[in-house]
Amino acid sequence: MSNDSNNVPVLDAVDPELLHRTVDRRAAVGGLGNLAVTAMAAASVPLALGLFSKRAWAQGGLPTGIRDVLNFALTLEYLEAAFYQQGLAASGLIPTASRPVFQQISQHENAHVALLQSVLGASAVTTPTFDFTAGGTFSDVFTNYTTFLALAQGFEDTGVRAYKGQAGALISDNNVLTVALQIHSVEARHAAQVRRMRMQKGWVTGSSTDVTALAAVYANDNVTMQAGVETSGFVNANAASEAFDEPLSKQAVLDIAGLFIVS
Amino acid sequence: MDHHGVESLSHELSLLEQISSATNRRRFLQWAGVTMGVALISGCSDDGPTGLAGATLGGGDVGVLNYAYALEQLEAAFYTRAVATPYAGISGAELAILTDIRDHEIVHREFLKAALGTSAIGTLQFEFSSVTFSSRSSVLGTAKVFEDLGVGAYNGAGKLLTDANLLLVAGKIVSVEARHASAIRDLLNPMSTDFAGNDVVTVSSGLDRALSPTDVLTAADPFVINGIDATSLPTS
Repeated sequence: MSNDSNNVPVLDAVDPELLHRTVDRRAAVGGLGNLAVTAMAAASVPLALGLFSKRAWAQGGLPTGIRDVLNFALTLEYLEAAFYQQGLAASGLIPTASRPVFQQISQHENAHVALLQSVLGASAVTTPTFDFTAGGTFSDVFTNYTTFLALAQGFEDTGVRAYKGQAGALISDNNVLTVALQIHSVEARHAAQVRRMRMQKGWVTGSSTDVTALAAVYANDNVTMQAGVETSGFVNANAASEAFDEPLSKQAVLDIAGLFIVS
Repeated sequence: MDHHGVESLSHELSLLEQISSATNRRRFLQWAGVTMGVALISGCSDDGPTGLAGATLGGGDVGVLNYAYALEQLEAAFYTRAVATPYAGISGAELAILTDIRDHEIVHREFLKAALGTSAIGTLQFEFSSVTFSSRSSVLGTAKVFEDLGVGAYNGAGKLLTDANLLLVAGKIVSVEARHASAIRDLLNPMSTDFAGNDVVTVSSGLDRALSPTDVLTAADPFVINGIDATSLPTS
């Protein structure tokens, strides 16, 4: 994919002309044996359009429950976006070879912020003020790459669990639910990449972590009973734990995020 | 073929397991609050040259779970082959990743089978002649397609579910598929942007793909010997 669409403002993305050009370009570069790329691009367009449509909630704005979930998500995205912006701006922090990864993640988090702000409109919460040292616990977060990576993993794994925990609250609105799922899996892609850069598995085994200050991120992630089915016997308990990412409640997520929020 | 013989045996065993898992089945149906589906294996399909039975996914949440079950069967079968006959020059780290993913897909497959009980489609049979299992690029390239397809499939299927608990379980699975996709993509193109590449994550919105069952099953069709009847799946 060329870079010429990388800096497209989010609102411009709803311009049908631009969308069709993007789809066409994807179709043109999709001849690599990659299945369904064209179909995907076409399928994602109406969803994004539906979400962006002001008409969707012309009468009385967003339902309260959905607005609350989206503002919760926006708060997390503010946190992630600010974290990567500061990390990328910190001279000498991120090794040159790793910058493309974090630039990509940063770009996605910025896009998520803009997307959620756009949907929420005047209802959007404003960005908190962050302290990524968490009052000194991670005092070298922007000078020590190891610390930065550990926090990045924590934020991404938290994001995955946070979105998952809110899926049920969005079940009444197909468009919003789908968009939330489309963000959720991007957070999971990020999480796996950062974990692997830390020499961890891309998936979460049990509820343990090597960063004790972030233990809450992995609390109760060792569940193997799913929908009344005990899954640990299918292969083993580790595989069963890894095969399902567990949700976190909104409060549990806010408690984690709260470590980094000053006001 | 031996491979098919083994899978036929496996199919019979799975039927026996289904019969013997009445307790699980009742628990699932009570828990999920879904309408009891009918057995979905067609006995008279003429799909394909081997005359294998087709699979009818059914409707409602059961249909969506069967759709997921079919995809997990495909992924599990693929990684089982890939791990049993690793490609030339595979590293220990790469084999460990493929083995983990194989195990996860088996867990997903067996979970869905158990959850569906008697409503589960049968064991599907696959054909991977387009994959060169001795070739790293072929195996990882195929893995990438399957994982991205899985992510898009679950993302697109979430809205089709009516039961919030089932939606949650689907959410628990899809993020693991996305973790797989990320890892496979990074093996193919290390430390690039491909783990969440612009071919699957739209740059301007930061959104991953959400695919319709029709698109997913069309993409999967070359690998699936049985016919899959998805005509009763919900559309919204």
